[in-house]
Amino acid sequence: MPFNLLVLACLSYAILLFAIAFAAERNMQAGAARWLRSPLVYTLSLSIYCTAWTFYGAVGYAARSGLEFATIYLGPTLVFVGWWWILRKLVRIGRRQRVTSIADMISSRYGKSNLLGVIVTVMCVVAATPYIALQLQSVTLSFGVFATAGTYGWALPDTNSTALWVAVGLALFTILFGTRNLDANEQHTGIVTAIAVEAVVKLVALLAVGIYVVWVLADGPVDIFERINASALADWELIPSRWTGLIALSAAAVLCLPRMFQVLVVECSDERNLATASWAFPLYLAAMSIFVVPIAVVGLQMLPAGANPDLFVLTLPLSQGQGGLAMLAFLGGFSSATSMVIVASIALSTMVSNHIVMPLWLSLRPTREVTGDVRRLVLHARRFSIAGVLGLGYLYYSLSGGSAALAAIGLISFVGVAQMLPAMLGAIFWRGATRVGASAGLCIGFAVWAYTLFLPSFGPGGVYSLSMFMEGPFGIGWLRPQALFGVAGMDPLIHALFWSLSLNTVAFAIGSLVSFPTPVERVQGLAFVNVFDTERTEPLAWETGQVETEELLKLAQRILGDEQALTFFEHAAAEQGTGGYLPDPTPEFLDALERKLAGAVGAAAAHAMIAELAGRARVTVADLMRVADETAQIMEYSGRLEAQRAEMERTARQLREANEKLTQLSIQKDAFLSQISHELRTPMTSIRAFSEILMEGDVPPEVASGQARIIHEEAIRLTRLLDDLLDLSVLENGTVQLDLRLASLNELIDRALRSAAQVRPERVFTIWRDLPSEALFLRTDPDRLSQVFINLVSNSRKYCDAARPELRINVKQRGARVIVDFIDNGSGIPKDKQQIIFEKFARLSDQTRAGGAGLGLAICREIMANLGGTIAYLPAQGGAAFRVTLPLRLEKHPFADAA
Amino acid sequence: MRRRSPVFLARRAYRLRRLRDAARLLPLAGAFLLLLPILWEPAGGAARETAWDGVYLFVIWGLLIGAAAWLARGLVAGEDSDDDIAADTAIEAMSDSPPDSPTDGPAGGLAGGGR
Repeated sequence: MPFNLLVLACLSYAILLFAIAFAAERNMQAGAARWLRSPLVYTLSLSIYCTAWTFYGAVGYAARSGLEFATIYLGPTLVFVGWWWILRKLVRIGRRQRVTSIADMISSRYGKSNLLGVIVTVMCVVAATPYIALQLQSVTLSFGVFATAGTYGWALPDTNSTALWVAVGLALFTILFGTRNLDANEQHTGIVTAIAVEAVVKLVALLAVGIYVVWVLADGPVDIFERINASALADWELIPSRWTGLIALSAAAVLCLPRMFQVLVVECSDERNLATASWAFPLYLAAMSIFVVPIAVVGLQMLPAGANPDLFVLTLPLSQGQGGLAMLAFLGGFSSATSMVIVASIALSTMVSNHIVMPLWLSLRPTREVTGDVRRLVLHARRFSIAGVLGLGYLYYSLSGGSAALAAIGLISFVGVAQMLPAMLGAIFWRGATRVGASAGLCIGFAVWAYTLFLPSFGPGGVYSLSMFMEGPFGIGWLRPQALFGVAGMDPLIHALFWSLSLNTVAFAIGSLVSFPTPVERVQGLAFVNVFDTERTEPLAWETGQVETEELLKLAQRILGDEQALTFFEHAAAEQGTGGYLPDPTPEFLDALERKLAGAVGAAAAHAMIAELAGRARVTVADLMRVADETAQIMEYSGRLEAQRAEMERTARQLREANEKLTQLSIQKDAFLSQISHELRTPMTSIRAFSEILMEGDVPPEVASGQARIIHEEAIRLTRLLDDLLDLSVLENGTVQLDLRLASLNELIDRALRSAAQVRPERVFTIWRDLPSEALFLRTDPDRLSQVFINLVSNSRKYCDAARPELRINVKQRGARVIVDFIDNGSGIPKDKQQIIFEKFARLSDQTRAGGAGLGLAICREIMANLGGTIAYLPAQGGAAFRVTLPLRLEKHPFADAA
Repeated sequence: MRRRSPVFLARRAYRLRRLRDAARLLPLAGAFLLLLPILWEPAGGAARETAWDGVYLFVIWGLLIGAAAWLARGLVAGEDSDDDIAADTAIEAMSDSPPDSPTDGPAGGLAGGGR
């Protein structure tokens, strides 16, 4: 097969994946694709467990060690079949605490300690590096197979540059789809869908090769049966320690691998998906391994003795001239490698940015104020981390020379991540586990792993000299890397697994037993271990009243983005029963906000940020007493009193607010009445005066017509005032007739800007608009709507006090609703006045009596209610900002049902 | 008639508990069966019957998958009706005191006082 055809196939396959990921994200945003979150897609995405190591390496493993290859899949099978024990709890905790990665989970459980986050992150990066190198190696090897088989087109390329190109391509894909936005839950629908597709490709490819081998090359299952028993593979020896150890190891790895944690816990959108995956994922694994032994046996028989068994999946069809099948197998292997690398680098980059970059940034910046766009910082950090992780993988590949058998590298990585198992299981099952214990266990386990397995993997003369292997460091025999404490005669891998996990667990247990947890640790321990019981009794961690909600909103906007933050605050305010965008900073609200932020930047960073704004966390002795259960009832009771007191305080505050509003309204009403009498009286006086002059008769005609014109103009002014009042009462009664038709939003805004230009025409305004986003057709009453727009623009022209006034008009579509924001750069509306501006007769000051009687915004509000939408003041936008929300298609009069 | 329905519901709650026990036991049983081949000693130093070992593994694998699928269905249905079960147990607890003896429960006492 020509090599450039192969490259072409790879490229078009990558483009197909791009298209799928892109389409999935589009569908998801439109809210149209429920199946994207179905159990099927979830199960398929879990298949990143089967990397290129499975796809190519399993056959090689079987050719070397017989049925032992199956242990790698039996461990995960047991974990999934036993989902009721561990996985269910992990997923529930992950969703409740908005965990973003395994490092985040461990750091969050042990007192939101960033030190632990850093330890776990470093461990994961180090352990994943060989694994990523393995994927690059397998893709490179498979390219090499095709290149040697038929060398026309390109000659066999330098394998190093192939690996480099693959790494660069994967980094690009991951950066494009993994870091497009900071999703609150760290869920990447596009990538998960693409990975589900890749899962299907690799399964189909392996099954196709298997079926070809069993029914075309051999004569069906019976023949295969005889061939297996006759082949060299039948002489494999079941070593009990390896058999048991590898099953346990793979079970631990499926829980601890960062990429598995990512798809299993972080990307899990519905806990029920797990129930399906509990049997469907083992089924997938069984299907992936059922043809492994037949392929290995037939490969050993039919291919020349020196052939690399790791590539039988590819070389077997190729040797029979089945180019198409080989191509399919190649794409399967390519899929396995790419999907693993993509998810692993996303998971690792999230950890690096949340646990290394963010804390550094938090401690390095000079002021406590959160300034600048944090989202951009985080996204950049992730992009660089993705590139860095892949770079490390490439570096390892080129350093290690890519010589070792595939399976060996994979297992080294497995033992590395398995070191997190004690800390993780302790986190969810043992309330006594502490940060000291967890860090001690992790560090010791990691050190032993590096000493006995990772560093020796570079071979004699790599990192260790040969004498180090034979006699130990400084000739101390019982410190020999592969025979620690005199335990020789053990398989090196099992030896490393045994010692690292034993010492790890011992250190974890002793450290936990002798140390004393901090308050946050104890509270988090309760929340994790009793996650199924403590649904409603989360300990309150924040003190009320020390924090300005507006500050919090600013912080949240920088991390979550304007839209998400505003929506979140709006919901919280609505839940508390107050309107607008600024809820009271109750402990519940702060807690919810912290978890929301934790979804974007990790638990430790979110905790630190809120703690800076809200003062220290209030985890007092009182909370600990409750945690300790001892005088639970008394504390419960006083807690309830406390809650009641807080509730009453809040109610009192709301009452005070309402009272203030009423008083102000009454004052305004009086003021308005006197003003309206004045407004009515002035034209009336001049009308009366001039009409009296006219009645007297002997006026020259030109003077008479001048006076008649004044009478006319004054009458028009009066009419307009009365019209406004009438308009308002009609709108309020809901008896207004709407003239519904299709109208272009763009034209409506144009019209509004043109009409409003007559207001204070001497002021030059800079208008910022995004024309493409305005290309919407609304079904509404265009005249009424443009009345609202004109009012908002003229208000801005009247009251914006900036030296260089600017007006920004943003249009967004959210499902079936359209949002139009009008934001100027003036000093905005003071917080105490934001409440009343939509009331009738409200006028903030008399500084510019540019006409109107304070009815404009009240009319706007009523119009929007009639159009099925709302108008609201947006706080914290750097000027006066109004948000108009209305339905894209208004079907009928919204009050028709009520009327 | 009133007494029959709590008994029926309690049985359902009981079944659900045992279903959860089964879900917890399944991986243990699986581990036992998968570790069993360690104990198989080829008779008289003869080679292992690798093909038969393979068949054994895949049969166990299939059984585990089937059992997990069967359990998952019941467990998910149980999750959904978790609130019902909480209510059931409450009813069960109430029905432990015989409803026809008027002096026993507080409700009976009240009814007597009303008369």
